[in-house]
Amino acid sequence: MALGPGEIEGYFRREYGRCVATLVRFFGDIDIAEEAVQEAFAVAVDRWPAAGVPPNPGAWITTTARNRAIDQLRREASRHDRHAQADLLYGHDDPPGKLGPVRDDRLRLIFTCCHPALARTAQVALTLRLLGGLQTPQIARAFLLPEKTMAQRIVRAKKKIKAAGIPYRVPGDAELPDRLAAVLAVIYLVFNEGHTASDGDSLIRLNLCDEAIRLARVLAELMPDEPEVLGLLALLLLTHSRRAARTAPGRPLVLLPDQDRSRWDREMIEEGQGLVRRCLRRNQPGPYQIQAAIGAVHSDAPTAAQTDWAQILALYDQLMTCAPTPVVALNRAVALAEVAGPQAGLAAVDGLDLGSYYPFHATRADLLRRLGRGAEAARAYDAARALTANPAERDFLDRRRRALTAD
Amino acid sequence: MKQYLLSVYMVEGEPQPSPEATQQAYKDVDALNAEIQASGAWVFAGGLHPPATATVVRASDGDVVTTDGPFAETKEQLGGFWVISAADLDEALAWAAKATRACAAPVEVRPFADEPEN
Repeated sequence: MALGPGEIEGYFRREYGRCVATLVRFFGDIDIAEEAVQEAFAVAVDRWPAAGVPPNPGAWITTTARNRAIDQLRREASRHDRHAQADLLYGHDDPPGKLGPVRDDRLRLIFTCCHPALARTAQVALTLRLLGGLQTPQIARAFLLPEKTMAQRIVRAKKKIKAAGIPYRVPGDAELPDRLAAVLAVIYLVFNEGHTASDGDSLIRLNLCDEAIRLARVLAELMPDEPEVLGLLALLLLTHSRRAARTAPGRPLVLLPDQDRSRWDREMIEEGQGLVRRCLRRNQPGPYQIQAAIGAVHSDAPTAAQTDWAQILALYDQLMTCAPTPVVALNRAVALAEVAGPQAGLAAVDGLDLGSYYPFHATRADLLRRLGRGAEAARAYDAARALTANPAERDFLDRRRRALTAD
Repeated sequence: MKQYLLSVYMVEGEPQPSPEATQQAYKDVDALNAEIQASGAWVFAGGLHPPATATVVRASDGDVVTTDGPFAETKEQLGGFWVISAADLDEALAWAAKATRACAAPVEVRPFADEPEN
């Protein structure tokens, strides 16, 4: 069987996180684990094309990586640094059975990567690299940063984990809610980074959405009893299901009301809605679940006009009780305008302290337009345009403003 | 076990706490010290006089120059510290959480470079 480098790359992406996580537990060191796994994949590139892919590629990689790392450590121990390396080896000379994947390995690693003692940017980079199996240059490109900057960020974070003794452990019940919130925030940030695509290189950035969904799936598999984890996965799926409809020929950004709904991904919608129903049955609502439920209501409407805005408004009211941010209040005002008219929506928008947030001005502009206050609407579109550098968003605002004078 | 420095930072120019609040902080810190000692995590701790009492001594070109301190020209100055031993950062952070509540000031947690002799 012919096995191209692309296929081995696929195995690498799928198995990397699991293998690294197991070896971090085994060796207690992220760098040793990563080097060993990379070396094992190099061996796979050599051998698999001729010998075929082993029945359990992940286990083969893990065993090969472990053996290589032990050989390497023994060689180093005989040269120098006898104490430390010997300690490392004898401390971990477990029966071979223990090398098998422990369900919690990746979970431990996620919590290490997203530890609050690390900066959010470092949490994101480490999670994509260690769990997602992305290489540093890929992560740097996705975040539009020089490779050197991203490499330094990752090296510094790994050094801090080691020096400060950030544990490799699933947090206890008392800490879990806060710590899990950080993990969810990291995955959501990765998704939004891809979703917002603030430059022309949107294809690479779109991969960040797939990556975030993949991470959310891993987390949902590892923590199936955490409703917010399911809620996040549902939210990402329902949002991503509309990706094809977010652009149209000559129009880099098409918002929800104007989207061609036949281009929505039905399979993702069904999966997302199924997860929302599972969350509803659990009845432990949280911000991600409620946002997912709002997405599900939109997905239910065959046309924009058939949207159940009353239900969406009720969900935003609920979201305001658990996440009362001005951005949520702005989105609630949009729903309110649909239920009670643009005047009520505008009254709710005008009280918000969001002057530097472009959607605030874009929303005001739209409501003013619907109220026939064209001059004020034009000024609001101008204010919105001045606040975004994203070409797709600028194009959208320009179109809206032109439509205004055409009316 | 690792050792961690828990430094309490005082910000110059911030309004002084009321005498009652200061008394409460002393009491809370005493109680926390007793708790750290009872747990076995205690290595050393102490509160410092204000930065204006500091003196800087510096060797340069074979001479030693003594000047009025403090060394760091910032508003944030060390007010006191604990040295504790802990299994990992989470354990150290749990003590730091109690410490910042007790002394009502931010606490920085920093690992020592060397593992203590066991």
